[in-house]
Amino acid sequence: MKRHLNTLFVTTQGTYLFKDGETLALKVEDTVKLRLPIHTLEGVVCFGQVSASPFLLGHCAAHGVSVSFLTEHGRFLASVQGPTSGNVLLRRRQYRLADDPAASAALARFFLSGKLANARAVLRRALRDHGGKIEAEAVGQAIDRLSQHLDRLRTDMALDAARGMEGDAAHAYYGVFDHLIVAGKGDFAFAGRNRRPPLDPVNCLLSFLYVLLAHDVRSALETTGLDPAVGFLHRDRPGRPGLALDLMEEFRPFFADRLALTLMNLGKVKGKGFKRLESGAVVMDDATRKEVLMAYQERKQDVVEHPFLREKMPIGLLFHTQALLFARHLRGDLDGYPPYLWK
Amino acid sequence: MYAEDELLSISALQHLLFCRRQCALIHIERVWAENAFTVRGGILHEKAHEQGYASRDGVRVARAVPLRSMELGLSGVADVVEFHEGRDGEIVFPVEYKLGQPKADACDTVQLCAQALCLEEMLSRPIEAGAIFYGRTRRRLAVAFDAALREATRAACDDLHAFIRAGVTPKARYDARCRSCSLEATCLPRACGGKRSARAYLRQAIEEP
Repeated sequence: MKRHLNTLFVTTQGTYLFKDGETLALKVEDTVKLRLPIHTLEGVVCFGQVSASPFLLGHCAAHGVSVSFLTEHGRFLASVQGPTSGNVLLRRRQYRLADDPAASAALARFFLSGKLANARAVLRRALRDHGGKIEAEAVGQAIDRLSQHLDRLRTDMALDAARGMEGDAAHAYYGVFDHLIVAGKGDFAFAGRNRRPPLDPVNCLLSFLYVLLAHDVRSALETTGLDPAVGFLHRDRPGRPGLALDLMEEFRPFFADRLALTLMNLGKVKGKGFKRLESGAVVMDDATRKEVLMAYQERKQDVVEHPFLREKMPIGLLFHTQALLFARHLRGDLDGYPPYLWK
Repeated sequence: MYAEDELLSISALQHLLFCRRQCALIHIERVWAENAFTVRGGILHEKAHEQGYASRDGVRVARAVPLRSMELGLSGVADVVEFHEGRDGEIVFPVEYKLGQPKADACDTVQLCAQALCLEEMLSRPIEAGAIFYGRTRRRLAVAFDAALREATRAACDDLHAFIRAGVTPKARYDARCRSCSLEATCLPRACGGKRSARAYLRQAIEEP
């Protein structure tokens, strides 16, 4: 039985990770600060100047524990992968479908449907919770726009058309995202999405959460035996985890975006926790990053009922479940890919 | 005769006889194969070792014995092979360790017989009987490798090779076996049995006002 396990985030600079028997040991300045049995871990994410012994990396790979290295500010650097796991037939099927434009478009529509339905659910929830405080009319219009696109996604269309709709839907959604920030308006204003680099605290927060999400989704795909690099909505680009980005789509709104909103609206992150660099790029300070990481981990423990499987599971296990359902669709067990739909 | 790289795992026979989808998930899909294998293997070896009756008079006991048969196209590891002193020379006697209790179907006896056929081929000696030790009952069940069991084992091997070559994972069907199956969370028998439609689910969710 697949269990939802912990991800270890290492943010203390100068930390050295090594294998000690069956445990992962963590050393800071010659003092061992922590020992964790490796079988209790799902992943290790290292920020900045953190190093690890090759034996630990090998042991993690053998136990399916993903290890990623990020810059201090959360930009992805590298991840360590063991022997390719899983099913060669599954991967060949993935590649064949990715080479087939019609099949790719059909799969992309499943991912997009999940994304748009969940984005719509986030906006609806905001109306329900803060209807009096926010610009309900603008949000309502965005909801209608998403609904129109969801309807159109039910008919066959070429990949470019689907991608065009995604662009328009994202425009509608992010266009009203600022209305969903109901507290800390002075600190947090959102005028549109920018990523490379993020130019304001909201984008900084969103980008950071998306990086964490990408790490988790990617390792779920690898565990399932899928190739995270070969996507359907996101086409091949060297170095880009296309399928991880595809599968992430349904999780962005209800998981990452709502977490960002909660952190801002409840005042758990503050404007002064973000720093503007000379170039205008915005980064978060250590305390804020820690707060976000903790909130991310806690949110993964929340139990939800999967509407397709009709089973309860922690959100952290949803990544694996969705990767598995996608694999089962590719192998012909399901007549489509059922995205996780948040209510 | 099979080539070396065509050999399949002896344990796959048992999976095939228990549930064809389980067999496909483990041996074709390789989904979380590491989990299934390590858990199974770990438990087996633990059991085989904890018995520790290695020094009985007149019996040599070999543990974790690697086996193969080019004729059946199988390879694997026998928990224990005993070599008894007999009047006409040594008698080879394979013993398999199982956690549970004797089962109604032929899974276990076929697996043991396959081990015996491997040993016959490797040692060029006839092997007439073996035993399965069941942890639940703490008793040995004696198994005679008669013509009917040998025939059933050969047929299962042919079936297994054709099944793996075809590479098609059968649809799931939820039944009583699923409750004892460690792969249920991967197999998703209720969702993947053809009764639930992902398209209908999505359509319904999108239409909702």
